[in-house]
Amino acid sequence: MKPPAFRYHSPRSLPEALDTLDAVGHDGKVLAGGQSLIPILNMRLAAPGHLVDINGLTELAYVRTDADGVRVGALARHADVEADADAHRAVSLLRQGLRLVAHPVIRNRGTTVGSLVHADPSGEMTAVLSLLGGSVELARLGGTRRVGAADFFTGPLESCVEPGEMAVSAYFPRLRGRTGTEFIEAARRHGDYAMCGVAAAVTLDDDLRIVSARAAYLSVSPVPLVLDLTETLAGATPDTAHWRAAGELAADRTEPDSDIHATAEYRRHLVRVLTARALRTAAVRGADPAVGGDGQGSDDQGSDDRECGARD
Amino acid sequence: MTEQMHEIELRVNGVLRTATVPSRRLLSDCLRHDLGLTGTHVGCEHGVCGACTVQIDGRPMRSCLMFAVSARGHEITTVEGLADPDGSMHAVQQAFRECHGLQCGFCTPGFLTVIAAYLRDHPDPTEAEAREAIGGNLCRCTGYQNIVKAVLRAARILNEGTDAPVAEEAPR
Repeated sequence: MKPPAFRYHSPRSLPEALDTLDAVGHDGKVLAGGQSLIPILNMRLAAPGHLVDINGLTELAYVRTDADGVRVGALARHADVEADADAHRAVSLLRQGLRLVAHPVIRNRGTTVGSLVHADPSGEMTAVLSLLGGSVELARLGGTRRVGAADFFTGPLESCVEPGEMAVSAYFPRLRGRTGTEFIEAARRHGDYAMCGVAAAVTLDDDLRIVSARAAYLSVSPVPLVLDLTETLAGATPDTAHWRAAGELAADRTEPDSDIHATAEYRRHLVRVLTARALRTAAVRGADPAVGGDGQGSDDQGSDDRECGARD
Repeated sequence: MTEQMHEIELRVNGVLRTATVPSRRLLSDCLRHDLGLTGTHVGCEHGVCGACTVQIDGRPMRSCLMFAVSARGHEITTVEGLADPDGSMHAVQQAFRECHGLQCGFCTPGFLTVIAAYLRDHPDPTEAEAREAIGGNLCRCTGYQNIVKAVLRAARILNEGTDAPVAEEAPR
């Protein structure tokens, strides 16, 4: 349970970090919060020859919100993103998902961008980025590229970050229109990896009729799965919508695997039930007159818990 | 290969300490083996149990999920640093004693560092909030009931002073 030996690098600037990553190539790994990487090292599931510790690059510890969305720097801790009031007003789904990421102590150290690069199919932030259609900015010596969520996750624990590259920020766009969101999951204990999780976004028109309903899933597919469930709900209001039909459609479109935590059949049951609950809560939030326009609610954690009731 | 070594300076409980450590030395092991601060306990070594939790710049973090070399330049508070310099216990320690919040004591350092930091930011938690606050720490003895009582008791001590009556939080 001790990590294998490695060479440690602590660059003082981003160019120096990219220089080092370029030099060590395949044998290098970025160390940000380390809340996924260090367990992997401790359990000897990986043994990179070089770790490039970016904890000194405090210029990357930012959360910036503008009219279009939220940009999160590579060194922003989950807890900082979760606590950021501007980010919450612009993209409520961030806090809704972050409060389900492990435990507060882990969120104090773990980074949001790091969890995206880790690409765990059970990671909440992968579902958030995918549902919002966000992107990750990757830098290497001599250039940067931006990769959309749909292309970023290439397999379980596998993202498209190449040797020599480093994820420097992630962008979570604001949802337009009268849109509400919700993130719920079922885990054996709060803070554990979810057996199934659902991030939902529902958009209503001015007559409060549903025009769009989408959901992203974790723990039921090798990469984040986004489903458009509008066909089962279009035209209905939050009071008349047939949420279970949307849940049935989602269950038909997922093919979860069995493991020691839950059977495939049970996970599909969770998809059905959690989809219905998440969509309903998202729609109610979208219809809230206090929400209006393109906001997503001023909910605090308390009202989240009351409305979803899914962690029983 | 010859293992890369680092001369590091760490500020632990207000004292500047030095150690020579390999890159891979976990902060938990550095505290215990290199600095002799065995109050920090090591349980699972992959971030699940919470026994090794210390405060880094006042925020609780898992010392088994940090390298000692990464902790340079930060203020580390271990369980040894919670009590006053004159030896009088921190309110959380006092509350654990009064409420029987520990039995074997293995998990206790992690609970104490987490709760002490939590109560700084949330001085008046409800019972549900107290349970949530300790949700990332495992205890195999107490069944948690008395730890939850201790969180509430500690909040009361901090808010009202040490002579606050015990009865409400700790009926036994």
